[in-house]
Amino acid sequence: MNGWLLQLNNRIRALLPGKGLIVGAPWFWLALFFVLPFLFVLKISLAEPQLAQPPYQDWIREIEDGLITIKLNFGNYAMLWEDELYRDALWGSFEIAAISTFFCLLIGYPMAYAIALAPTHWRMPLLMLVILPFWTSFLIRVYAWIGILKNNGLLNHFLMSIGLIDQPLEILHTPTAVYIGVVYSYLPFLVLPLYATLVRLDNTLLEAAADLGARPWKQFLTITLPQSVPGILAGSMLVFIPVMGEFVIPDLLGGPDTLMIGKLMWTEFFSNKDWPLASALASVLLVVLIIPFVLMRHYEQKAAEELK
Amino acid sequence: MLKRYPLLFALLFLGYAFLYLPIFSLIIYSFNESRLVTVWGGFSTKWYGELINNGPLLDAAWLSIKIAALNASIAVVLGTLAALTLVRLRGIRGHKSLGVMVTAPLVMPEIIIGLSLLLLFVAMEDLIGWPAGRGQTTILLAHVTFSMAYVTVIVQSRLAHMDTSIEEAALDLGARPVKVFFAITLPMIAPALAAGWLLAFTLSMDDLVIASFVSGPGSTTLPMVVYSSVRLGVSPQINALATIIIAVVSTAVLIAGVTMYRKELKAQRKS
Repeated sequence: MNGWLLQLNNRIRALLPGKGLIVGAPWFWLALFFVLPFLFVLKISLAEPQLAQPPYQDWIREIEDGLITIKLNFGNYAMLWEDELYRDALWGSFEIAAISTFFCLLIGYPMAYAIALAPTHWRMPLLMLVILPFWTSFLIRVYAWIGILKNNGLLNHFLMSIGLIDQPLEILHTPTAVYIGVVYSYLPFLVLPLYATLVRLDNTLLEAAADLGARPWKQFLTITLPQSVPGILAGSMLVFIPVMGEFVIPDLLGGPDTLMIGKLMWTEFFSNKDWPLASALASVLLVVLIIPFVLMRHYEQKAAEELK
Repeated sequence: MLKRYPLLFALLFLGYAFLYLPIFSLIIYSFNESRLVTVWGGFSTKWYGELINNGPLLDAAWLSIKIAALNASIAVVLGTLAALTLVRLRGIRGHKSLGVMVTAPLVMPEIIIGLSLLLLFVAMEDLIGWPAGRGQTTILLAHVTFSMAYVTVIVQSRLAHMDTSIEEAALDLGARPVKVFFAITLPMIAPALAAGWLLAFTLSMDDLVIASFVSGPGSTTLPMVVYSSVRLGVSPQINALATIIIAVVSTAVLIAGVTMYRKELKAQRKS
């Protein structure tokens, strides 16, 4: 750490009664509204559903003065394990998240690389063009695909008018529509971190390779690609993790056979009013997502270190 | 560059087409007289007229704007404090855990955040009686929680890349850190704060999943109204609404972008 930074630290620590406030305010907010709620999810996942408000029976109850009973209900987890529906949904989410992340990379990497190679004064506007859709409503951008993909929608109309097909393709309410929606919505999340990695790569190696006669493709495969691996992995997790719990896209674009855990949780919660089962599903998803989250943190830090 | 990598720039162009074609289709069909997507019934602004007379939708929009503005203001304060901690107060107690807690909401599926916050609010009401019932307050609390994470990322990157020599000079001249912060640091990170505020505002305006969990009767937000209408199929009124949102957002982002770009160019020329 720089000398002046240490000095600033010390001065802030000595002078500010509010130095605790700088750390404390966001820390306590997140502890209270982000971490603590997970404990309640775990707690309710072990409760028994009942027809009341709220629709669960607390498993710690006071029967008489000071006499407390604890009755844990593992039935929700047993059901998740035994009923194939839930396993299929978890697998379905994984499949959709993994394949969409791959397609995001396939489309996003060339985009990020092209922006990084563009002249300096072009980069900002080009990047803005990638970010702009992200600022407009997510819900509405997913909705736009309904009009494009449905049987009498724009895509089928176009393909039939140029004579490529005679029968409309059934795309809406199939897994294909879900893939299109996910890749479309999450593409900016991958382009931004990839660009940040690619733009700061060391160009001297590339120049050396070019001087020695390596072709552009070879330069890319042997120098650029390996150097950007931490950025690729960190960015991929940025797409993979939220897609695992995606609800809006499978709900609006998917069909009855598109099983995803987020959609199932929504149904259990809002339609079946089974809060304990929804909580058990959330707990399972949370545990599954810890591994990609740790990987993401690891590669983010690695990417940041390599840039220094 | 364009000549050296023609294929790469063709792919970039295709990527932009993929990103923007759906948006353009929304805008074009908001002016379509016909209700059908495939039939062009002539230019018309009648869907905008219907939108203006749609009372429930306007009420929901107003509620969303109020929550979003309040959310953005709180999120900017908390997010800036978190960014200051992460960049400037390394080694302080809670630094590492704050880093983890502030990254997690960025990727955490909304459906988990929504459910977990609802369960927390129910338990809190049971224990301490606050927040009483679910509605605007609980939506606001939930939105601040995930928006502040985004603000932190934006302010953090600005702080990390900031030229610190002016702050250093002021400290050497004996200015108190609080004064240095308000007189020098704050103006220097102001563009990041503005960007963070705008992003927090749009994130809140856009949230369907979390709000659905933590809202109560009488607190229906705009995305909830849009969602229930969209579930029934394509509706030109929603296209009209989308066009208005896109116009407002792109104007704001363009103005902000051009201002920042010019400032940077000026700064580059000076140095």
